[in-house]
Amino acid sequence: MSKRRIIVVGNGMVGHHFVESLVARGGDYAITILGEEPRPAYDRVHLSDVFAGRSPADLALATRDTYRGWGVDACFGDPVLRIERAGRRVVTENGRVFEYDKLVLATGSYPFVPPVPGADNKRCLTYRTIDDLGEIKANALDSRIGVVVGGGLLGLECGNALRNLGLETHVVEFAPGLMGVQLDDGGSAMLRHKIEALGVQVHTGKNTRNIARGAERALQMEFADGSHLETDMIVFSAGIRPRDNLARDAELAVGERGGIVIDYKCKTTDSDIYAIGECALFGGRIYGLVAPGYRMAEAVAAQLVGEEAQFTGADMSTKLKLLGVDVGSIGDAHGRSAGAMSFVFSDGREACYKRIVTSADGKQLLGAVLVGDCSDYDTLLQYHLNNIELPPDPQGLIVPTVGDRPLLGVGALPATATICSCHNVTKGDVVSALDSGCCSLVEVKGATSASTGCGGCAAMLKNLVEAELLVRGVSVDKSICEHFPYTRQELYHLARIGEVKSFATMLADHGRGRGCDICKPAIGSIMASLWNEHVLDLKHVGLQDTNDTFMANMQKDGTYSVVPRVAGGEITPDKLIVLGEVAKKYDLYTKITGGQRVDLFGARLNDLPAIWEQLVGAGFETGHAYGKALRTVKSCVGSTWCRYGVQDSVAMAIRIEERYKGLRAPHKLKSAVSGCTRECAEAQSKDFGVIATERGWNLYLCGNGGMRPRHADLFATDLDDESLIRYIDRFLMFYIRTADRLQRTSVWMDNLEGGIDYLRQVVIEDSLGIGAELEAQMAHIIGTYQCEWQATLADPEKLKRFRQFVNSDQPDSGVVFVRERQQVRPARAEERLRLISVAK
Amino acid sequence: MTAVEKHDWEVICQRSDLVAGSGVCVLVGSEQVALFYLPGEGPELYALANRDPIGKANVLSRGIVGDINGQLVVASPLYKQHFSLVNGACLEEEGVRVEVYPVQLEGDRVLIGRR
Repeated sequence: MSKRRIIVVGNGMVGHHFVESLVARGGDYAITILGEEPRPAYDRVHLSDVFAGRSPADLALATRDTYRGWGVDACFGDPVLRIERAGRRVVTENGRVFEYDKLVLATGSYPFVPPVPGADNKRCLTYRTIDDLGEIKANALDSRIGVVVGGGLLGLECGNALRNLGLETHVVEFAPGLMGVQLDDGGSAMLRHKIEALGVQVHTGKNTRNIARGAERALQMEFADGSHLETDMIVFSAGIRPRDNLARDAELAVGERGGIVIDYKCKTTDSDIYAIGECALFGGRIYGLVAPGYRMAEAVAAQLVGEEAQFTGADMSTKLKLLGVDVGSIGDAHGRSAGAMSFVFSDGREACYKRIVTSADGKQLLGAVLVGDCSDYDTLLQYHLNNIELPPDPQGLIVPTVGDRPLLGVGALPATATICSCHNVTKGDVVSALDSGCCSLVEVKGATSASTGCGGCAAMLKNLVEAELLVRGVSVDKSICEHFPYTRQELYHLARIGEVKSFATMLADHGRGRGCDICKPAIGSIMASLWNEHVLDLKHVGLQDTNDTFMANMQKDGTYSVVPRVAGGEITPDKLIVLGEVAKKYDLYTKITGGQRVDLFGARLNDLPAIWEQLVGAGFETGHAYGKALRTVKSCVGSTWCRYGVQDSVAMAIRIEERYKGLRAPHKLKSAVSGCTRECAEAQSKDFGVIATERGWNLYLCGNGGMRPRHADLFATDLDDESLIRYIDRFLMFYIRTADRLQRTSVWMDNLEGGIDYLRQVVIEDSLGIGAELEAQMAHIIGTYQCEWQATLADPEKLKRFRQFVNSDQPDSGVVFVRERQQVRPARAEERLRLISVAK
Repeated sequence: MTAVEKHDWEVICQRSDLVAGSGVCVLVGSEQVALFYLPGEGPELYALANRDPIGKANVLSRGIVGDINGQLVVASPLYKQHFSLVNGACLEEEGVRVEVYPVQLEGDRVLIGRR
């Protein structure tokens, strides 16, 4: 038996979503898409992005290959001409005939062009498709002024497009205010104020009577009130009309003002024909947003695989950015419900307007209007959609208050709460995605499609995923290892508050077992951050990773590399010669590092003390390249030499490196100082980076290069030297106090609740009142600094460890070198075999 | 234990050569042996071949010692696999094992058994 055939007429967002939903449900159908446009479905919601630099290809929701991969036939550029219901087939303009068992109409809508004489002028355009964009672009080339007719959502979106094309932009609206459907008068007035501030001219209450040839520009619009406006082009974006002509011709029921009548199953008056999206009329209403269209598409797809599914209307709340202005509208924005109460907040200075509409008893949120600041949208929408009881003073939800706003956290939401309305993803869906193994935002997006539509829910989804992960982390990952049921941060506080100075005490008081290679170095590092005792003190010695134990970096063959400190990358010729002499004497492979230092490889364990004896004698100190500690502070030459430098970046880099050298942290720390905005020291890829300005220093925090690059956040600007140092002191100590084990500052920042703003409060405003304490702790670390190598050389007990064999002076026979490009390198396995057999 | 193995015990170093809570390396003939001294444990001394069979370098004496589920282990400083101090088995890689040597403390002397 052959498969049942489904024809989908229309390949817009909703038509595409239907096919995607049906394929995802594994429906055993032969699906054929018949699209009018020459290209597969694309994201119409973000059409104006094309004028802001996105390419039309970026908007694509599917390619021909997508459909091929799904086993779906797709024909583009050949519109359907008629439906022959009796024979259950459709005929295209090119005369092709397709038979169906079920037909889905997703023909969408067309832009309404008011019946004004002259509106057929070739400089009068519409705004609906990618092809329309081409027309608008072409006309904009020889235009200076552009008019959008329509002050609704689409009209303003189109106004943005014209503005991006560099035109003097006018918006002409028939109604007395902008976005009359979504906004009340107050919101509308605020929106107008903000848009006009951007240079877009708004004309409301204008009824266009005629479009004639202009005196100075190409066109002249003549309005009913006698005024007129000259322009070079006009784009109509005054609303949409359902494309119901196929249905109409096939004698399916259509609404008085258009729209294919559907029932709650999205069926038309022919039970084999469905209609979905903007061509459909449900309950006397056209749903002109993408989310309800998606709901219809899913309902039909579900029914076709035998599931019970209905479309019962949809919430028309919306949040978007129009011309850069945040606008949100929820539910009954106009307060038309019986007995509704309103709370309005308007801030002329900040240019934002907020209104909430509640039930008569003030307990339910019926609607809201937000203009200029949509930060409360997610919270308000959840109150509205989930009928969550409002707090006793609901105005607190929108009035800026000193202190904490009653925030509705993601935790308070029921599992049924919709997070992503485009793809109808609930909190429960996100939670089950996490339950089934997703462990990051990206994975949750992939598994649920949440936040891949309009993107309006991105912030809320992130919060939810993070909160859920935190909950899981707390139950699963809280313990650093099996010996301590604590996070690094908790261990830090336990050690600090209890003044614990040894691992043994820590283990006895707070742990169990004997410890391991996870908790020992972590606690060793905490001890160092707190008390700064020598890492090779007897009680700490067993805690250290081999690199810290031998104060050098172990390489793959068991030899070590040595990196002396070269603060700021500044080095005298004499010292450079010493490095060369040492390298030559011990036959060390020599390489310049990315942090402006010199790395000497291939040092044998038993040679390390002699090597350092010579280095310390020449004035070198340890570079801590082996430690979870401050590494290097890179610099450019700055104003001393450079024609462009505005501050002495080398001096500042040396000052910073000298100050924080030896500071042990949850992970390594890197820094850089650039002498001007050209940023030659690449400070923005460092844990803390400093860039000189004419007036001082800009401080950037929490950048990273390496495996997971992160651009540092600009933290503070134009700082004097002392403020810069004070902020870095506090920042570093706060990081050391609160970060997880092996958590770089970049990841720490990504996980810091409140982000960079919170960090500013702590560091700059001292909101926690710990500023002085952090500085004092840093002062203690700086005051107790010792060059670990110098101290080791002075202590025969410590030097005892640097023996390959405690009972022999022989070298490690397993270390075998060959020469390459005039230097040594470890022999490869096959070379080693050959060399060892020769030696024997 | 069915039979007590016969060993020739050889003094290999002194207790003062050991580092409490950590490892050192001794040369026994041409073999490198890692000695781990854990005062308070019973026994207090453990000996494994120094060569890390996974990292293929002579480094096990420089690993961190501890326990995993109560089993005494050393973590290789190269790639962090754990080897049992008691039987030399690698906890992460089944079938990988390092040699275990009989050792004992006699007063201040460290003795290693040779078969």
